[in-house]
Amino acid sequence: MGVARYIKDGKGGVEKVVLQSGIEVKPAYGPDDLAAIGFDPERDLGAPGCYPFTRSLHPSGYRTRDWTTRQYTGFGTPEETNERFKLMIGQGQTGLNVAFDLPTQMGLDSDDPRAFGEVGRVGMAVDSLADFEVAFDGIDLHRVGAGLTINAIASVMLAMFQAFAEKKGFARDRISATPQNDILKEMIGRGAWIYPTRPAVRLIGDTLEYCITDLPRCNPVSVCGYHIRESGATPAQEIAYAIAIANAYIDETLRRGHHVDSFAQRITFNFNVYGNLWEQVAKFRAARKLWARNLKERYHAENPKTMFLRGLFGGGGSGLTKQQPENNIMRGAFYALSAALGGAQTIALCSFDEAYTIPTPRAALLSLRTLQLIMDEVGLRDTVDPLAGSYFIETLTRQMEDKIQEEMAEVEGWGGIVEAVDRGLVQRKVAAQAYEHERAIQQGELIKVGVNKYVMDEEDVPDVDLHRYDESAAARQIERLHAVRRSRDGQAATSSLKSLEHAAREQRNVMPALVECCRAYCTVGEMAGVFRDVFGEFREPSLF
Amino acid sequence: METDQARRKTKVLIGKPGLDGHDRGAKVVALALRDAGLDVVYTGLHRTVEAIVATARDEAVDVIGLSIMSGAHVPICRKLVDLCRHEGLGDMRLVVGGVIPKGDVATLQSMGIHAVFPGGTSLDELVAWFQAVRPREGGLRGTRGG
Repeated sequence: MGVARYIKDGKGGVEKVVLQSGIEVKPAYGPDDLAAIGFDPERDLGAPGCYPFTRSLHPSGYRTRDWTTRQYTGFGTPEETNERFKLMIGQGQTGLNVAFDLPTQMGLDSDDPRAFGEVGRVGMAVDSLADFEVAFDGIDLHRVGAGLTINAIASVMLAMFQAFAEKKGFARDRISATPQNDILKEMIGRGAWIYPTRPAVRLIGDTLEYCITDLPRCNPVSVCGYHIRESGATPAQEIAYAIAIANAYIDETLRRGHHVDSFAQRITFNFNVYGNLWEQVAKFRAARKLWARNLKERYHAENPKTMFLRGLFGGGGSGLTKQQPENNIMRGAFYALSAALGGAQTIALCSFDEAYTIPTPRAALLSLRTLQLIMDEVGLRDTVDPLAGSYFIETLTRQMEDKIQEEMAEVEGWGGIVEAVDRGLVQRKVAAQAYEHERAIQQGELIKVGVNKYVMDEEDVPDVDLHRYDESAAARQIERLHAVRRSRDGQAATSSLKSLEHAAREQRNVMPALVECCRAYCTVGEMAGVFRDVFGEFREPSLF
Repeated sequence: METDQARRKTKVLIGKPGLDGHDRGAKVVALALRDAGLDVVYTGLHRTVEAIVATARDEAVDVIGLSIMSGAHVPICRKLVDLCRHEGLGDMRLVVGGVIPKGDVATLQSMGIHAVFPGGTSLDELVAWFQAVRPREGGLRGTRGG
């Protein structure tokens, strides 16, 4: 939450500023600082659109390519989600970012006893292809791309997206889906994991491999430093762990004999925007540079596009407060500014009411308008990487780069990220930091407006409107699921599930079998259940 | 007995019921309570209420604290209260934290939840509440196999 530690001198002035990543900021920067780090514009920056892409992936930045606005949307039944999708697209949103409910994320059907009370609550419920047919009805998938916030069963949802698109007559080589599909970050931070680390990473390899030939415009993996940061990581760790995770997925795909240039450009990133503005901007610049170098030097990529760090920079959830919720509107604007100054390709903001509820239409629209304002009224479109060359920003970018590499070296020392996650090493470190952070806020070492400074009486704070959970929506969802089970060709469903099981057991790519299952209206619970039987479940390492 | 109880630390089970995996809050609370000298057990993710109550009984804890971010706190808490009563753990202190709108606090309290700590609660306040909990009568004797 708080953005830096401000250590006071005896007279009340600020003596020391320490950023979250542990970097100390000086009161002033000058040419000597650039000399001290041996700053070389050619090597450190390159021209916009040129290696190492510190400044931008494209030479003209936002002049020729707007960022894609992709607010996280979905709740209740596919009908309600479809309505909200259309509202947001009608208001100028350029991509979708689909929220699934927890049973779907955990591979359970809506009528599973474990799903009770959760159907349609934090996202839309999806049980089968029939739900996609409703949710995406009337949306032009040649024009609008869909982010799918799904991880453990991302392979299932990607297959379903393909099955749906084909059924509706969209060309397979023109549709674009971006499932999150980053299971290691779920194990570190967000918690929607099912299968153990190694088979889970293998499933990600299956999607990467499949997309090379079958879904060339899809981005099968979005590595989410975002959630790792939300769990308590520093900005430097956010990038370090994300790169380590992305490398694990690359290694899994290379192992199958593919050339890095055939798939690595399809891996995108999702990074967080809250915190100290300068630190975030430096973080994004350093991340672009390190990722490019990682691809070129470690994996010998040749195609510059393979070296692009493309990403959704957004969210900012843990920066928002429950206290004085309307302050979050202002926070969102500054977070969007850091994304724009950091060169985001895609953006989404948490809405001001999210500490309380699924965003109401008004709150979601305000977030979208914030993003539109920054591009159209404030001047962020005017020139590429406007902070380049700043004594401070270039120094900080280099310092972030060094910090990120330190954190990556620690992961290597743990035996790599898969091993570290399996043993809970990253999780424990991040949880301890989250606790320290919370204490620092509560003791006033980190300032948070409305929380530990400029505090108001609870009673004076306006309560936000709440998105109400519709209990009857679950019943309607379960009804549709039962109708699907009744009306589908049972034999086709059973035999496609059998083929899926064989593919899973025999270490073959599961994607073709999954697409068959989706076409046969197999349910999410059935497909995920096959993997549960074959792979087992992840055992969460202990916290203490 | 009196001295036994006074000597024994208050034991807390922090549970994550249901499917939600946002556990930063649960972990921060678990670490804070442990730092304050309480005996803390953390269930980990994706637990059923039944499993949480069973662990609470086996570990002979004095308080069950649930962390719920998904919005499903009302049905989950109702189940917790019922199950504790049914299992003869009527003297168990029950608390819940997470994303909980103001309007739901009274509902939760009226169904038998002893304290509600919505996001933004101060750790000091929370720790003080737990420290004030006296170990349950049946606590030690109700332990494993009992």
